[in-house]
Amino acid sequence: MSGTEVATMSAPTAAGRFGQFGGRYVPESLVPACAALEAAFREAWADPAFHERLARLRADYAGRPTALTPAETLSAQLGVTLLLKREDLAHTGSHKINNVLGQALLAQRMGKTRLIAETGAGQHGVATATAAALFGMRATVYMGERDIARQRLNVFRMELLGAEVVPVTSGSRTLKDATNEAMRAWVAAVDEAHFCLGSVAGPHPYPWLVRELQRVIGEEARAQTPVIPDVVVACVGGGSNAAGTFAGFVDTPARLIGVEAAGGAAMTNGTPGVVHGYRSLVLQDTHGQVREAESIAAGLDYPGVGPEHAHLGTSGRAEYRTVTDAEVLDALRRLARSEGIICALESAHAVAWVLRAAGTPDLPTGSTVLLTLSGRGDKDMATLAGEVQ
Amino acid sequence: MKRLNPYLTGGITPDWIDYLLAFQAAGADAVEIGLPFSDPMLDGATIQQASDQALRRGATVASILTDLTEARERIHLPLIAMTYANLVFRGDPFTTSPATGGGPEAFCRRLADAGLSGLIVPDVPIDEVDRLEAAATAAGIDLVLLAAPVTPPDRLAEIGRRSRGFIYAVSVMDTTGERDALATTAAPLAARIKAVTDLPVLLGFGISTPDQAATAARAGDGVVIGAALMRRVLDGASPDDLRGEVAAFRAALDQVDQEVPAAHAHAQISGDRR
Ligand SMILES: Cc1ncc(COP(=O)(O)O)c(C=O)c1O
Repeated sequence: MSGTEVATMSAPTAAGRFGQFGGRYVPESLVPACAALEAAFREAWADPAFHERLARLRADYAGRPTALTPAETLSAQLGVTLLLKREDLAHTGSHKINNVLGQALLAQRMGKTRLIAETGAGQHGVATATAAALFGMRATVYMGERDIARQRLNVFRMELLGAEVVPVTSGSRTLKDATNEAMRAWVAAVDEAHFCLGSVAGPHPYPWLVRELQRVIGEEARAQTPVIPDVVVACVGGGSNAAGTFAGFVDTPARLIGVEAAGGAAMTNGTPGVVHGYRSLVLQDTHGQVREAESIAAGLDYPGVGPEHAHLGTSGRAEYRTVTDAEVLDALRRLARSEGIICALESAHAVAWVLRAAGTPDLPTGSTVLLTLSGRGDKDMATLAGEVQ
Repeated sequence: MKRLNPYLTGGITPDWIDYLLAFQAAGADAVEIGLPFSDPMLDGATIQQASDQALRRGATVASILTDLTEARERIHLPLIAMTYANLVFRGDPFTTSPATGGGPEAFCRRLADAGLSGLIVPDVPIDEVDRLEAAATAAGIDLVLLAAPVTPPDRLAEIGRRSRGFIYAVSVMDTTGERDALATTAAPLAARIKAVTDLPVLLGFGISTPDQAATAARAGDGVVIGAALMRRVLDGASPDDLRGEVAAFRAALDQVDQEVPAAHAHAQISGDRR
């Protein structure tokens, strides 16, 4: 069954699988909601009017297309051509808005009046609160207490936008537990609420739906690059900005590289498991209990990874690397000083890999690298003030 | 006979087997043993806290099954494991890591070896159940399937066909946890299930008092009581205390058994006036 191969980065199987990963491991209470969402998505995606509305929102509201910026100083220093896809320039400051605008349109089409979301770094929460304000919906955002403490700016933004931010005190008090809590809240509100999931994770159709909504990153970049890059690189938490970027280049010879936080590296250190409604690679102990991830970047502090990445990784089409918190801080500072761009701690993971690999066989001198800067660093100023002198 | 299935988080306290024996002494028909998971998607605060407490104590599937094996001669009730997909599918041999576990086949065999006879996995709906179903059947374990208020008729019929032992009616669109009143969705769901299967229908989720249990049991064939009991255990109640709690639920269900079915009662009143 797992042998029925799906075309890479096209639709998953009818059961929502990418190879052996994916699926819909949810309580019976949520099965009809997932099925209804899938049906609504299929219908909307085939409707030119939906695409037209989405395109208009992307252009007039979110500020797309985002720029493709050659990082000239760094390129000269590293001996590679480094091109930055600037999701930090999108409205609300990260790629998360691409996904949320699409899901909010879908939710509206389905007659939902409320959005429920989970958030780690707060960027997805801010995007959800933004779309809710724009569409006149109510938003409830679940966020781990630890993340609330380190991303106060985003909590304030969400509240200013009219969203309710619910602190999650269970488990690791980060994205993992916020996701559990949001899914539980959805069970109780499934009639009126759409669960606006923030990454290419969760039960079918979310990994597919979110990748299709993030595909715009890769497609724009492809149209903006004069040549097909040798390497395409993006950071991986749940993996949505990477999936959207990869989708634009998967049919080219470009190497696809996802960069994980050393303390939250499900692709690198995970084993097959089922959490949050999907089967993928998961950080877990030998008894099957999910391990708490640990990263300086709240958005990468997650023990799972989207099922399509697990498939891309095990099939060899994409490669996954890890970088340490120290490398990330160094990369963030170096990008700031050489290019005048303060990126998000999450995005700095991708930069850190380029800094480490440039000039090695992993990224030979003369290569062209397309790197997705998934977001801007404003939210991280408090963390950085404590870490960078 | 209306059935009473209390729920107990495996390993919640060092003397957790004593709670199980107390449930038995109080007249439970079967006990659901929760195998704690770090990320219980369908549990509310109480059972989540119970699971966390057990995990912090170092409880594992292996340690819980060992405890049950050791207490086997004293346990005369069917035991039903309740846990989440990750623990069941762990170490699936067809994936890249055959290191631990051995997938649902090995998991079900371990349950059977420890004397359990049933299994409930709330995050494995019928769409994902084929392999687990086969593994359970092969091991002689009844895989109990769940139905929810939103389950459409065609799915309900399939759940009715494929469930073993009984059908677990999730009486409310919510997670586990105590509630002030039995959900209005409970009785209609039980009726819809009874229309598609001859299996017993047990209602669970949010049934917190003997009164609520009696009302639920009138609609179905019995009840599962979870959070209301685990909250007492978390608050420090002793096995003896819990024996009293479960006995009160037993008495309420026995009372329902005494009630003359309404149609029958009517016939008696009009036809047989002694
Ligand atoms: C700026 C930024 N980049 C990346 C991520 C990680 O998410 P994903 O891997 O889904 O793109 C986050 C998540 O919060 C984020 O805020």
